[in-house]
Amino acid sequence: MRSVAFRLLLVLVVCAASLGTVRAAGETIIVQSTTSTANSGLYEHLLPLFWADTGITAYVVAVGTGQALRNARNGDGDVVLVHAREAEEQFVTEGFGVERHDVMANDFVIVGPPTDRARILGLASAAEALTRIARSKARFVSRGDDSGTHKRELALWQTTGIDPSAASGTWYRETGSGMGATLNVAVGMAAYVLTDRGTWISFGNKADFMVLVEGDPDLFNPYGVILVNPTLHPHVNAAAGQRFIDWLVSARGQEAIADYRVHGQQLFFPNAEPRVEQ
Amino acid sequence: MPDSAGSSQLPARVAAQSKDRSREPPALCASGLVVEVEGQRLLDRVDLTLRSGATTIIMGPNGAGKSLLLRVLHGLIQPTAGTVHWRTAGDGRPQRQAMVFQKPVLLRRSVAANIDFVLGLHGNRNRARRQVLLQTVGLADRAQQPARLLSGGEQQRLALARALAMEPSVLFLDEPTASLDPASVLWIEDIVRSTRGRGTTMLFVTHDVGQARRLGDEVVFLHRGQVCEQTPSADFFAAPTSSEARRFLAGLIVL
Amino acid sequence: MHDLDAALGLALTLVVTADADLLEIVGLSMTVSMTALALSCAIAMPFGALLGTCRFPGRGAVVVALNAMMGLPPVVVGLLVYLLLSNAGPLGFLHLLYTPGAMIIAQTVLITPIVAALTRQAIEDLHTEYAEQFRSLAVPGHVAIAALLWDGRWSLLTVALAGFGRAISEVGAVIIVGGNINHLTRVMTTAIALETSKGDLAMALALGLVLMTLALVVNALVFAVRHQTERHAHA
Repeated sequence: MRSVAFRLLLVLVVCAASLGTVRAAGETIIVQSTTSTANSGLYEHLLPLFWADTGITAYVVAVGTGQALRNARNGDGDVVLVHAREAEEQFVTEGFGVERHDVMANDFVIVGPPTDRARILGLASAAEALTRIARSKARFVSRGDDSGTHKRELALWQTTGIDPSAASGTWYRETGSGMGATLNVAVGMAAYVLTDRGTWISFGNKADFMVLVEGDPDLFNPYGVILVNPTLHPHVNAAAGQRFIDWLVSARGQEAIADYRVHGQQLFFPNAEPRVEQ
Repeated sequence: MPDSAGSSQLPARVAAQSKDRSREPPALCASGLVVEVEGQRLLDRVDLTLRSGATTIIMGPNGAGKSLLLRVLHGLIQPTAGTVHWRTAGDGRPQRQAMVFQKPVLLRRSVAANIDFVLGLHGNRNRARRQVLLQTVGLADRAQQPARLLSGGEQQRLALARALAMEPSVLFLDEPTASLDPASVLWIEDIVRSTRGRGTTMLFVTHDVGQARRLGDEVVFLHRGQVCEQTPSADFFAAPTSSEARRFLAGLIVL
Repeated sequence: MHDLDAALGLALTLVVTADADLLEIVGLSMTVSMTALALSCAIAMPFGALLGTCRFPGRGAVVVALNAMMGLPPVVVGLLVYLLLSNAGPLGFLHLLYTPGAMIIAQTVLITPIVAALTRQAIEDLHTEYAEQFRSLAVPGHVAIAALLWDGRWSLLTVALAGFGRAISEVGAVIIVGGNINHLTRVMTTAIALETSKGDLAMALALGLVLMTLALVVNALVFAVRHQTERHAHA
């Protein structure tokens, strides 16, 4: 009986080990990316095209920009695709990434309930809108998770000279969650919230919420893509990772990004510097 | 704890030895046995010598320490003081012991698996041997049934068969027939008698005077943790020497 | 309540049409949780039985600690396993992070205390009944433990179900070490979390219904097997 149990155990360990290594045949890379891009469905559109062109399977881990960069610092990923320019440049300066490439952009918008207590509808300045929200103590939901969207929101607050963290827990509410979860919370408590347009358009639980503020240059939301430094983390699949980056910024990749639409609306606008195709 | 490793005795050899048992060294010498629990003395300086191959009945009122004495002699309980010496087998190793408890604890398996478990302990799991044992206790046709669904009497017979599967030289029986139906009692007494015939030394606790008369070679009478007398069976029931035993047999409550 | 109706309809559609993505996710959920359960039973049941039958100094403290560990938060387990398996961590060389293997490890860590603690209790109760008989038969320790595990098999099946329920339903650990990667590490619970963040509450709930049905089917199967076996063979 004992030998049977032992054999069973052996089989299990082998199963677990083999499961641990089953990835798609051919080359694979891991992309540390953001919830805003993953929740919008962009990768379901891009990755099959990338695979068809290169035979490389890209696996996407969707977390906040801050966590994506931290994971990449540990070497847990081959490429990062995030949206927090300063943090990205710091990541490269400190030697964790090779080089930052512009890949695409969209914009942030402030959405909220149609009652619009703080009267921000149609304002051209995001800073002015936030100031009015703070003054009227209307509820505002923040990501509070060190993501790209959260970093941008904090930068906007800084231009207003208001420190919302003092009001944390009253009208200013930090969810510490991803974009979609935060939108769910905002809809649930009829609060204002800053979101990227891509997630907003594809978000399924809008209720009666609407875009109130848009078009401010301060709401521009560029995404960058960076190869994790293979000299620091030797197991990084630099060749395949670089091909992913090259593909994204190539005419073909840029076209694919522009083609992605939800409800007839384009979510991301390619903005890679044109290169000479080889 | 009783040692499981002992030589199996062949009935023929035992029969040859049984011709002259009086000269054999005793099966057991226990002296000065004391068991104290929380300051209470439950066994009090018990000295006991048992003849090899004899059936000794242990009698006494409730709480006299009968079951406790059995457990101390079997090695299940360490005495506070005193020594237990069992005669060793021919090869110098301790003799095999087995015990049948008042309430049988059977494995949650089939009747056959209960026997196989014990046979397996000695590395001689064997169908034929199991069948013989089950026939001995009249359970051969119940082999594949769940042991826990047997009647009380059948469960106790299975417990007895399991004890016999140990091929013990010493067999302890702690009120094995208490609260059993008369047919089961007779069956168990038959098995005990035939086991005695094979030369097995037995200690049998019972309250049943008739059973003691039918089965016992001698009687040890216990009272308040002390041995009041140890008398050959015929003499004990004719005229017990101790006043406690006399009152007990007269049906009086002995306090 | 529109979402509830929609969820029911969606759940039915997914199941009836045998949606390929759904089957893949359900398959991975079952494989990961069943493997974790098997590993955890292989480790925790002998350990729990040992703890239930042995007496040693400090045993009480071990039992209390084990019982407390039944409440291990999945995210904490996920974080610990992430730190271990991260390429910057001590086991990074295994390259297990973001694979089903990592999820199996995390769930095994999560449910091993549950299986061990409940096994300890079940076996200790059985041991109380068997101990004197086993001493009388001079049953060696390892044989006694094997016999207790076998005789307690029906209680232990319930123990295993408790472990399985915890593993199949947790999201905190697998989302950290698995990464919820589509077609690689996406399981029922992480898919539900994802659909919720997409705001597709009907789909999230539909997946939840499928998960609950799955748990129900597993439990019903075990119940049926037990009922059948008990009636025909061993009580």
